Amino acid sequence: MITIDNLNKWFGAFEVLKGISAEIQKGSITYLVGPNASGKTTLIKSILGLVKPTRGTIILDGEKLNGNFSYRKKIGYMPQTASFPENLTVEEIINMIKDFRETSTTYDEELIDKFSLHKEFKKRLKNLSGGTRQKVNACIAFLFNPEIMILDEPTAGLDPVSSSILKDKILSEHKNGKTIIFTSHFLSELEELAEQVIFLLEGQIRFNGTKDKLINSTDKHNLERAIASIMIEG
Amino acid sequence: MNIILKIIRYQIHDISRSKWLVFYTLFFFLITYGLTSFSNDQSKVILSLLNVSLIIIPLVSIIFGTVYLYNNKDFIVLILSQPIKRSVLYLGLYLGLVIPLSFSFVIGTLVPLIILGNKIPVQFTLLIFLFAAGLSQTIIFVSISFLIATWNENRILGLGLSIFTWLVFSVLYDGLLLLIINVFQSYPLEKALIGFSIFNPVDLARIIVILKLDVAALMGYTGAVFQKFFNTNLGIIISIMCLIGWTVVPLIIGKRKFSKKDF
Repeated sequence: MITIDNLNKWFGAFEVLKGISAEIQKGSITYLVGPNASGKTTLIKSILGLVKPTRGTIILDGEKLNGNFSYRKKIGYMPQTASFPENLTVEEIINMIKDFRETSTTYDEELIDKFSLHKEFKKRLKNLSGGTRQKVNACIAFLFNPEIMILDEPTAGLDPVSSSILKDKILSEHKNGKTIIFTSHFLSELEELAEQVIFLLEGQIRFNGTKDKLINSTDKHNLERAIASIMIEG
Repeated sequence: MNIILKIIRYQIHDISRSKWLVFYTLFFFLITYGLTSFSNDQSKVILSLLNVSLIIIPLVSIIFGTVYLYNNKDFIVLILSQPIKRSVLYLGLYLGLVIPLSFSFVIGTLVPLIILGNKIPVQFTLLIFLFAAGLSQTIIFVSISFLIATWNENRILGLGLSIFTWLVFSVLYDGLLLLIINVFQSYPLEKALIGFSIFNPVDLARIIVILKLDVAALMGYTGAVFQKFFNTNLGIIISIMCLIGWTVVPLIIGKRKFSKKDF
C-alpha cells in the first residue's frame, strides 16, 4: 500500500503539487489522469524518489521514503521517454539491469518473447526505432516481477498490435495481484484497464475514487465525457 | 561496492565504442609518432607532448564529461528507478568515464614510443611524470565537468561554463599572471607566484614536470625559487594535496548536488 500525505512540491517559484493526499491499495489498478502539466509525472517521480518533495510524506508498505533506495526493488518503472547509452546493445542493457537487481532470480521474459525482441538483441540502441526502444523499456519494467508497477504513458509510441500486447500484460499482472499505477492520454485505456481513478488538475486532486463513481458524479454517461466535463469545470 | 564496479564496467563498454574516444587515442598516437620521428632528444619530445597534453586533456575531459551527463539524463533516470544509491551511481559514472579517457591517453602515447623505441632510448622517469600530469588533468577536469553538468539543468549554459572554465585555467590565468608580473615588476613576486600557480591545476602539473626536465635553469631566478620550493618535501606534499583537492572538492560537491537533485 502506498500512502501519500499532504505532498507539496515547488520547482523554483512554481508549485507543481499542492498538498496531494491519497491512498493506493495493494492489488489495485489506478489510472492517473489530468491535462498536461497537472503534476502526474512529478507525483510518480516522487514515489520513485526521483523528485524530492518540498513537504509531505510518502509511506510505501510501512516504509517512509526519505532518500532510501532499497524499496525500489519492489517497483518496476516504465518512464515516458526511453533513452539508453547509444553504444550498448539491447542484450547488454537488459543484462545490465538484471545485474543491478541481483536479488531477483526468476525473470518474467514474456514480453520479450511476445514483442519478439530476441531478434533485436545484438543491435545497438542508437540504431533502434523509437517504438522498439519503448518495447525494451516495457520489458525492463516487467522483467523482475515487481509488486508495484508504475507506467508513465506506456502505450505512447507503440503500434496497435504491440499496444494491445502490453495492455493484456498489464491486465494479467493485475490479476496476479500486482499494484499498478499508470498515466495515459488515451481515455479508451481508462475504460479498458482502470478501476480506480485519480484526477489531477493543477497540482491538486479533483477526483479520487472508482471508475463508476466518476461517471455517476457527473450527469454524463461515459468516462470520456465525464472527464472532459471535470476538466472544463476546472 | 559491487554495484559501482558493474556501473563502471557497462559504462566502459559504452564509451569504448564511441568514435570520439577512438579519435582521442588516435590524436595522441599521431602527435607522439610525429614528434618522435622528428627529434632524437626525448626530453624535448616529452616537453612538447606535455604542452599539447595540458591543452587538450583538460578541454576534452571537461567537454566529454559535461556532454556525457546531459546526453544520458534519461538513462540516469532509468538507473535511479532501480534500487541503487545515488552517490554510488555518481561515483560509478565518474570512474567509468575517467578510466577509458586515461587509458586512451596512455595507450595513444605509449604505443608510438614503443614502436620507435629502438631509435631513441626511453626515459622512464620522465614518461611517468608525463603520464602522472596527463592523468591528474583527466581526473580533475572530469570531476569539474560533472559538477557543472549536475549544477546546471540548461545544457547550453553548462557547456558554455565548461568551455569557459577550461579557457580560464589554460589561457586567461597565465595571462593574468603575466600582467601582474609586468605591473609589479619592481617587487619580489617569486613567493606570490608559487602561491598563484598552486591554485591552477594545469600550471601545477606543468611546473612539476618542467622542474623534472632540468630546464628550470632557463627560467632564471623564478625558476630557482620554484626549484627550491617544489624540490622540498613540503613543496611536493603541498602540490599533491592541491591536485587531490582539485579532484575531491568538485566531486564531493557534485555528489551532494546529485543526491538532492530532482530528476
